[in-house]
Amino acid sequence: MPTIADRDEVQRLLQRGAQLVDVLPEREYAESHLPGAINLPLKKLDRAAAARLDRDRAVIVYCHDLQ
Amino acid sequence: MSPRAAARLENFGFREVYEYAAGKSDWFAFGLPMEGEGARVPRAGQFARHDVPTCHPEERLGAVRERVAAAGWDACVVVDHERVVFGLLDYSRLTGDPDRTAEEVMELGPSTFRPDAPIERLLDYMRRHRRSGVLVTTPDGRLVGLVRRVDVGSTDVLGG
Repeated sequence: MPTIADRDEVQRLLQRGAQLVDVLPEREYAESHLPGAINLPLKKLDRAAAARLDRDRAVIVYCHDLQ
Repeated sequence: MSPRAAARLENFGFREVYEYAAGKSDWFAFGLPMEGEGARVPRAGQFARHDVPTCHPEERLGAVRERVAAAGWDACVVVDHERVVFGLLDYSRLTGDPDRTAEEVMELGPSTFRPDAPIERLLDYMRRHRRSGVLVTTPDGRLVGLVRRVDVGSTDVLGG
């Protein structure tokens, strides 16, 4: 099960070199995203898309909120 | 959406996956940095004066007024020990009976905006409510600062 991270934990993980992934559609990513986040929309998240990520580093995913 | 994405990445073999469940709305609401087209929109956090004086509810108005005036201000935010906003003392309230406490004369529960609110919304609010300033707080009610109309001023800010 993925670990839930709050805002403080996200900042700590980023300092450790974690990768940040915005899973919202491209349009919403273009409008606003967290600094350094890459966009891997959920609807396009297949193995090929995931290959953009480094498997040896932590990954943080987020969308807009709990919805 | 993000729980499914996190589960999918684990299914692909990623070993250390975290879900920032509160998401970007939480990040921006706390005034943390933004990238993207929206970053060009002037927002409340950029204009909030962090040096606005504060006092505690039990402080006497006379002492508060002296401190506020010495700092060159005419307003003071009433906060608890964790900077959660309780009220606001504007000039008219600050100049009341010096022996009364801040709590007795403060404006209760003043309207607040989040740091990521577009500054245009704050200006509109200030115009409609004839206010010279408005408070900015984090979602948990902690004071970020005071946005004063005079500090925003120029229509250049709004691209007008």
